[in-house]
Amino acid sequence: MKYLKFLGIGVIFGIALTKGQVVSWYRIIEMFYFDSFHMYGIIGLAVVLGIIMVQFIKRKKVKSIEGQLITFNPKNKSVARYLIGGTFFGLGWAMAGACPGPMYLLLGRGYWLILLVIFGALLGTFVYGLLRHKLPH
Amino acid sequence: MDFILQPWPWYVVGPLIALTMFLLLYFGKEFGVSNTLRVACSAAGAQKFSDFFHWDWRSQKWNIIFVGGGVIGGFISYMFLEADHTVALASSSVENMRDMGLTNIGESYLPSQIFNPEEITVGTVAYLIVAGFLVGFGARYAGGCTSGHAISGLANLQLPSLIAVIGFFIGGMAMTYYILPHILPF
Repeated sequence: MKYLKFLGIGVIFGIALTKGQVVSWYRIIEMFYFDSFHMYGIIGLAVVLGIIMVQFIKRKKVKSIEGQLITFNPKNKSVARYLIGGTFFGLGWAMAGACPGPMYLLLGRGYWLILLVIFGALLGTFVYGLLRHKLPH
Repeated sequence: MDFILQPWPWYVVGPLIALTMFLLLYFGKEFGVSNTLRVACSAAGAQKFSDFFHWDWRSQKWNIIFVGGGVIGGFISYMFLEADHTVALASSSVENMRDMGLTNIGESYLPSQIFNPEEITVGTVAYLIVAGFLVGFGARYAGGCTSGHAISGLANLQLPSLIAVIGFFIGGMAMTYYILPHILPF
C-alpha cells in the first residue's frame, strides 16, 4: 500500500507524456529540427513551474508527507562529464526517439521492440559502471 | 470529451510533468527515471563487477513502481484516450524525414521501418540496441536524463544540468542532421 501512490503518480506521468506525444519518435526528431514549439513548450513550461515550485518549497520550508524538510542536492561541479555524457545521451535520444521515461511508456502501447532499446540502456548503464574510473569526469 | 481524445497541447502536458515532480518531492523522492536502469543492474548482481552498483538500490523500489505506473498510463492512453494514433508534424520535418527514406510519417507514434516487429531485420536489432546503449551510458555518465537534468535540475537552477542539456542537444542534432540520413532506412 505504501507504494500504491507511486503507481498512481506514474499513471499520471504516463498518460501526460503519451497524450502529449512526447513518446513519439517523430516528435523528438521534429524537436531537433526546431520545427515545432510543442516539445519546447512542454519542457519549458514544466521547468518554469518547477522553478516557482522549488523556490516556494525552499522559502516556505515545505515539509514532505513524512514531516521532513524537502531538500535539494546540488549537482557536483564539472563540465566534462555533463557535456560528454550529455552528448552520448543526445545521440541515443534522437536515434531511439525516446529517453528513459518514454522507453517504459511505449511498452504500454505494445511496442515490443522497445525492449531491445531498454536492453541496450541496461547494457550502457552496466558498461558505464565498468569504465567509470577511466572516464574524464 | 473531444478535448480528452485529441492530442493534448503543451500547456496541459507541461503542468502535468511539473505536478509529477511536485508529488514525488512531497513524498520525499527525487524525479529521475534513468536511475531505474542502475537499480535494475544492481538487482541483477552487477556489484560483482563494479562498485558503482554497490549502493542502497533497495531504497529506489518506489521508482520501479513509478515507471510501472507509467507503463499502465501508456496503455490507458492508447486503449481509451486517443481518437486515432496519428501525429500531426510540421511539414518541413516530414519533408526531412522523407529524405531519410522513411514512409507513412506520422501515421502512428513510431516509424514502422524501425519499430514494427514484422519488418525486423538484423539492422533494426543492432540499431535499437545501440540507441539504447547510448541513452543508458550517456544518462549515467551525465548523472541524469531528461527528467533528472532537463526538468528537475533546471528547475533547481543547476548549472551542471544546463551543461548536460546542451550536451543532449549537441548529440541529438548531430544524430538527426548528420548520422540518421546515412543509416536510415535499413
